[in-house]
Parts: sequence; C-alpha cells; structure tokens
Amino acid sequence: MTAVAREPFRFVTQIVQVELTGLSARTVEELLGHLRVVPVGVLHQHTHRFVSDHQFLSPEPPNDFAYWVTEILGERRLGEQLAAVDIARFRSLEGLRAAMIDILDRYLFGAGAVRWAPEGSALHLTKAVSFILPTPYQATTLEEFLHGLKKVSIHSLYHHMFEARLRLEREQNDFSAWLAHSLGETALARAIARLDPYTQTMEGLRRRVASLVAQRLGEPAP
Amino acid sequence: MIRFEDYVPIVGEAVTDELRLLADRLRGTTVCHVNSTPVGGGVAEILTQMVPLLNQLGVPTEWHVIKGGNRFFAVTKKFHNALHGVAQSFTDDDFAAYRSTQEDNLAQMALDSHVVFIHDPQPAGLVARKAARGNHWIWRCHIDLSNPDPSVWGFLQPLVEQFDATVFSAPAFARRLGVRQVLIAPSIDPLSDKNRELSSDTISDIIDRLGIPRDKPLVTQVSRFDRLKDPLGVIEAFRLARPYIDSRLLLVGGSADDDPESAQVLAEVRDRVDGDADIIVLALPPTSHLEINAIQRASTVILQKSLKEGFGLTVSEALWKGKPVIASAVGGIPLQITHGHSGILTHSIEGTAYWIKQLLHEPDYARKLGEHGREHVRQHFLLTRHLRDYLLLLLSLRHPGQDLIYL
Repeated sequence: MTAVAREPFRFVTQIVQVELTGLSARTVEELLGHLRVVPVGVLHQHTHRFVSDHQFLSPEPPNDFAYWVTEILGERRLGEQLAAVDIARFRSLEGLRAAMIDILDRYLFGAGAVRWAPEGSALHLTKAVSFILPTPYQATTLEEFLHGLKKVSIHSLYHHMFEARLRLEREQNDFSAWLAHSLGETALARAIARLDPYTQTMEGLRRRVASLVAQRLGEPAP
Repeated sequence: MIRFEDYVPIVGEAVTDELRLLADRLRGTTVCHVNSTPVGGGVAEILTQMVPLLNQLGVPTEWHVIKGGNRFFAVTKKFHNALHGVAQSFTDDDFAAYRSTQEDNLAQMALDSHVVFIHDPQPAGLVARKAARGNHWIWRCHIDLSNPDPSVWGFLQPLVEQFDATVFSAPAFARRLGVRQVLIAPSIDPLSDKNRELSSDTISDIIDRLGIPRDKPLVTQVSRFDRLKDPLGVIEAFRLARPYIDSRLLLVGGSADDDPESAQVLAEVRDRVDGDADIIVLALPPTSHLEINAIQRASTVILQKSLKEGFGLTVSEALWKGKPVIASAVGGIPLQITHGHSGILTHSIEGTAYWIKQLLHEPDYARKLGEHGREHVRQHFLLTRHLRDYLLLLLSLRHPGQDLIYL
C-alpha cells in the first residue's frame, strides 16, 4: 500500500529581483572591506547567481568573487582558493562570509603590490531579493512527489535545494526534510541530502533526485 | 495587435504562466509611464510593446509623453551628454527652462495612478507631484550614470532621491544613492516589426526598395546619428578593413523628436563619406522598423561601435537574428556579448577593423557567434523577462526592506 504523508509537500517557486548596492571593488582590499559589512543577501547573490542563471552550461565559474579575482585581477591562486570554498558544507551565509573573509585576510597578509582592476572592470556588488510563490503541485505520496519534481521549473528546484538550507537556515533541504519527517523515508532523505548541488546543473540535479525517488518506487530511472 | 499568448511558442509556457501568476497578485494596481518621446529610441519602443501587454495581463497601465519646446529638448540633450561624462556648459537659464517645462506639464497631467514610472531625466522633475498624491514613484534611468558631469548631476540628484526606487540597466551605471536601486536590463520584443521573422522574399523586396545592392557582404551599423555612436569611427574602421576583403558599409540611422543634434551629425557623416561608392548612408524615419529588421537580416556582420552607450539594444536585436556582432565594450554591451563566445567586444577603431576582416574571412566562426548570441538573448533580453522584472518591482513596493517576499 502506498504510504501517505502526514503533511503534504507543497512545491513553491522563487523569482529573484536584483538590487544594486552602489558598492564596487577595484582591489582585493576593497572587496574584503565590503564583504565585512554588506547584508548576507549580497554574499548569496554572488555565490549563487551562476547556479540559477547558467543552468544550461556546466561547469561554470562557482562564484563571482573567484571569477573576478582570477579573470580581472589575474590572481589565479587566490581565485582558485575562493572557487574551492565548499559551499555545501555551510549551514548559514554568515559562516560562508567568515570563510571568504578568512581567505582574503590571509592573502592580504602576504600580498605584494596591489593589483587594480582595469577601468570599467570593477566588481559591482548586488543583492538578491527573492519572491516565493506557490506552484499548482503538491504531494502526499512518493508517486505524487516524483510527478511534481518532474513538472516544476528549475527555480522551484533551486528554492527547495539551495535557498531552504543556506538562506532560510533550515537543517536540510526541503525534499529531505519532508521525506524523512512526513513520509518516514529516512534512507531516501539521506541519499538526497548527500548530493552536492553545487557541482552539477539544475537539470542534472533534477535527474539525480528523480532517479533516487524512482529507484525507491521500483520504477525505471527517468 | 500582439497578444500575450503569442509569446508562448517563443519562450515556453512555464515563463508565461509565471507572468500570469505575478500579474494576478497585482490586480487593482494602476500604473502610468511617462517619457519624452512617443517614437524613436529604445525607451519608446519598449513602452510601445510593454504597455499593451501589462493591460492584457490585467494591470491597467497608461503611457504619457511630456511636452516641451526646442529650448527644453536642447537642454535635456545637453543633460544627456553631460550625464554620460561629456563636458557641457550650463547656464541658470538652462535649468530654468527645464523647471518651467516640468511645471507646464504638471499642470496638464493627473499622475494619480498607484505607481508612476518616470523614464530618464527629461520628466524627472514631475516628482514634485509625489508628496501631494502619496503614491509610489519609480525613476527608470536608461543611461550610464557612472561618470556624470557634477553640475548636472548636482541638479538631478535631489530630484532622483525623492523617488521610492530607481532602476538601472547595468550594475556599472548606478551611483550610491539614498534610495533603492534595482537592476533591470531592457529588452527586445521578438514579435515586433523590428524583430519578427521575415521571409527571404520580404527581405529582398525591402532591400531592393531601399536601393541597397547585395553584390558584396554588408557590414552594417544601425544607430541614431549621434556622436556617441561614433559613426565616423565606423567609417575609419571599415576603410582599414576594406583593402583586404571586398565589402560594403551600411550606416543606418533614424532621428527622434528629443534629439536636435542628429541632423548635424548626419551632415558630418555624409561629408566624411565623400562619394565613396562602398559606403551607403541611410537616414530612415523613426518608424522604419520593418526596414531595420530586413537590413539586419540581410547583413553579414553587424557593428555597434559606440563610445558611450546606455544599453545598446541594437546588439540584442542583431544577436536575436543570429548575426555575428562586433561591438564596443561599453555600457550594457558586455552584458549582451561574451567576447569570443556570443560576439566580439572591441576597444578601438583598429580592433574593430581587425575583427571585420576576421569575421568576413571565417564565416563558420561568425555563424557560431550568432547562434550563441541568439540563445543568450532568448534567456536574458526578451520582453517577457523585462515584463517579469517590472511586475516584481511593482510587487516589491508593497514589501519595503524585505529580502524574502512570500506571495
């Protein structure tokens, strides 16, 4: 018999509006100064913009800071360190901010001559404002969940996998939380939680989650 | 008339459904756009398409154009140049002419919708009405404010800071302001006469009617006759490239009611051409959208060699037609082109000449650039994305200071 969840899973979606802060950096030192004080929404925008903007290409630069430091300032070693920050392991944006600041601090401690971004190539800091809307899809069973997962936009997937955990500071992604707590599917919940969403495209991530759910249902992978 | 449903085959149902959902949340909100010209230029083109679509989505929207004499538009043209960082001298009379035109228009306009969108500096002074109405006001700036002349910015900033929010087309255009600044890139309409698909017969008919020979590859720049679009630099770049590959340059421009300088620039361009049979200069009326469409489609390479640029929508227009584009890395152009992937970015006359030669010699590479450019425009620069951003902005006015908004 198909298990029925205590609470339905409601798929929501999110759309981002980008706000300008008026702040820009021309050197690593200026970037560090801004990173210490900007709202965490700025950090979120520059570390997650590529995930939602470039869903058809992979691999992509992992964050704007790494891209700018590498391509504009030519600081390849520092750029690599910023690119390698394992965002998936952080539980809050404040934790991520501290890690970025630590890397930039260490770099500046041993840095030689200041490298300036050429005219017109400053890094302009922006902030994400997220609008969260309901979709027509909800699920009370694993079958309905798989159906919704295949139907919703990648922005919905993005919300439940990324936004929920890091920006809303929930314990885990929304899918794993519902599967474990409302449906008792703890093993499946753990398998989804173990995926690193930062190293694949959104469509790739959708396929992997759907495949894990289909396996559990004994269906062929979608 | 274009219907909202007509966009479904181009952008997909998920995108249009999302727009309906957002518009439903705005039911009952009235909007009024104000700019300075009904035709000519990117702002008028966007409003021509945007306003009917907002109405079809159930957001009652009006569009008004301010009235001003030659003196007013001469002053605002100087504003425009000065805001782009080109040195201008201003007198007290200039600012007085600006203020009196605002007062004249305020006497004629109600401006009582829930949200008033003011486009660019020309009607910015209308914000004087805001306090009396108590409604929301948005200043939509289409130009690059990164390096403005302090005298004109010192005059405009106090006006701009009275708005509830400002909108800029690119991060680099903004300044530190005491009000919210939102990033909204402009867009092109894939169904407008300027961008819709045309049959090869239609293209040929139009090109023949305009008297453009097609015996050589056409290298084309479509832009107002404006010094900031550097038409003389385009001629120089073409003349550097021409000895190595037989081709023809086409400079196509229109005029707009709010640009009194264009006739003078057009005369300078014709003087520089000096009877050169390989350079064609076409001054078309501002409503020649179908002609521009056909010209872009008939061209082999498109140029946009601007010295300064607001956003440079002609780049997206050309990319949407799958054309390889060589454009200056100024203003909003680098947002539309990733160098070597979806087009070519240049910084000089010599660089432009070099890439004209390259793209005419390597048609396969040029075709790839055009294909990538078209997909980039589909994702980021079509009218539907622009509509979504405007709807979000209207919704955000109800949630000031919030970064996470549940609808």
